[in-house]
Amino acid sequence: MYKSLLIDPAKCTSCLQCELACSFENEGVFNPAKSRIKIFEFEHGLRSIPYTCTQCDEAWCLHACPVEAITINLQTGAKEVSDSICVGCKVCTIACPFGTVNYNVDTGKVMKCDLCGGDPQCAEACPTGAIVYVDSNWTGISRMQESALEAHRSN
Amino acid sequence: MHHLIVGAGPSGVIAAENLRKISKSSSITVIGNESHPAYSRMALPYMLAGDVGEKGTYLRQSDRHYDDLGIEIRNGTVRTVKPDSQTVMLASGESVDYDLLLIATGSSAIRPPIPGMDLAHIHNCWTLDDAYGFVSQAKAGDRVVLLGAGFIGCIVLQALVSMGLQLTVIELADRMLARMMDDAGGEMIRKWCEGKGVAVKTGAEAVGVTKHGDHLDISLADGTMIAADHIVCAAGVKPNVDFLNGSGVEVNFGVVVDHRLQTNVKNIFAAGDVAEGPDLSTGERQVHAIQPTASEHGRIAARQMSGDRTPYGGSLAMNVLNTLGLITSSYGLWQGVDGGDRSTVEDSAHNRYLRLEFQDDVLVGSLAIGLTQHVGVLRGLIQTKVKLGKWKKKLMNDPSLVMHAYLECMHGTR
Repeated sequence: MYKSLLIDPAKCTSCLQCELACSFENEGVFNPAKSRIKIFEFEHGLRSIPYTCTQCDEAWCLHACPVEAITINLQTGAKEVSDSICVGCKVCTIACPFGTVNYNVDTGKVMKCDLCGGDPQCAEACPTGAIVYVDSNWTGISRMQESALEAHRSN
Repeated sequence: MHHLIVGAGPSGVIAAENLRKISKSSSITVIGNESHPAYSRMALPYMLAGDVGEKGTYLRQSDRHYDDLGIEIRNGTVRTVKPDSQTVMLASGESVDYDLLLIATGSSAIRPPIPGMDLAHIHNCWTLDDAYGFVSQAKAGDRVVLLGAGFIGCIVLQALVSMGLQLTVIELADRMLARMMDDAGGEMIRKWCEGKGVAVKTGAEAVGVTKHGDHLDISLADGTMIAADHIVCAAGVKPNVDFLNGSGVEVNFGVVVDHRLQTNVKNIFAAGDVAEGPDLSTGERQVHAIQPTASEHGRIAARQMSGDRTPYGGSLAMNVLNTLGLITSSYGLWQGVDGGDRSTVEDSAHNRYLRLEFQDDVLVGSLAIGLTQHVGVLRGLIQTKVKLGKWKKKLMNDPSLVMHAYLECMHGTR
């Protein structure tokens, strides 16, 4: 059974720990601009929404890639970009209707959430449980809360 | 059941893979007329630039991919299609039977109908062999004239500059990227290119090419003469449909297909660059010679050929381009619609531009320059035709709020 990132915007305080953890894990720098998860603020920060790839079944990015640089990690279900194969054509960035594949101008490659190989650092870093990594079919509210609590305890 | 696919580019190969996914037992043959494994034209500029080798352009990376899937890939050129006997005839004289036929023959580069276009040192950069031909002749410092500054021209432009060539771009239209950028965007791209040392002549018509000693002279309609060591022709492409003469398959600009990607002839479908299928935005038939449509058509065609009769909503026009580091994208009805509304924001100093086109409170098209983050949400908004409600007004005031509008309208966050 695959696990997914479950995001509860009501718990997000916009502290940006997820962005820092993501950019450090994947790009080696603490730089929100290089993060694959992004916090969007509404009403001048009164509300905020963490947003990243949901590893959707349609896999628009994977299908659009002209060189098979995006493949499914069979352990995690994540759609992963291979930097050595990606030519940087950016077709996936316009094909993904969720806008969660972005072009990295510095590397000339695209980047997207790969669930950190099964140990997503955004969820690890989130201090409020707004981002948790849980079984994909756990969608009920109570189970969401339970799993969020569990994820919290295990930290 | 024998599925025959004519054309071994992305659309044909993706159709074959999906046919196999649906049926383990059917026999699947793909006939291609290029001598290389299936590759993507999208990747060729990166090979020209030396970023990747030939293998880096391949659609599939495993050498055993087609064998593993039990897909037969044949080299050959189809000359005629005979629906009465359900066979195709190859140039070699062989005939191949089919139960269901998919036409995925793609498109070919065209050259302007002016004298001298058959001289040596005039190249297309459309096929892998074109790319090899050009790389073997062009050396750093050579003068190159690029004929055409459309999507393909501008994608090749990047590669030509990184090869160290001295470049002059000649474009018939009054701006660069006439079919994917408006005047403001085209001007921004022109200035950007000129700033990188590329000479750009728009509204310029080449009227003839002559050989002059060891170089070529290109004459323009205004009397100007430009000397070049090579000409790269990117004047457009046309669907490969000639082999369908006499087959009864209806051809307009491309092969006419319906909402099932089926042609007017029983058991014959078409997909990709060659297909003139439904356009999601207008409902009219249109050829969208782009990678996302090739891939989508391939998957849809496989499902339809396997008996799924769910109608296909149509392809969405979309392009993304990197011109010497300036990133541009366009979607859908970016020219706007009658009675619609337009919202633009331009920051020339930082080469950023965003234009949104609405019909009522629905986004129907967009243009962007310098946008690299979350571009895809524009597709999401256009494709789903979601009503923007109060966000329409906000976006009219500030188009750069598009990601916020998307999150609230699509994900219903409150």
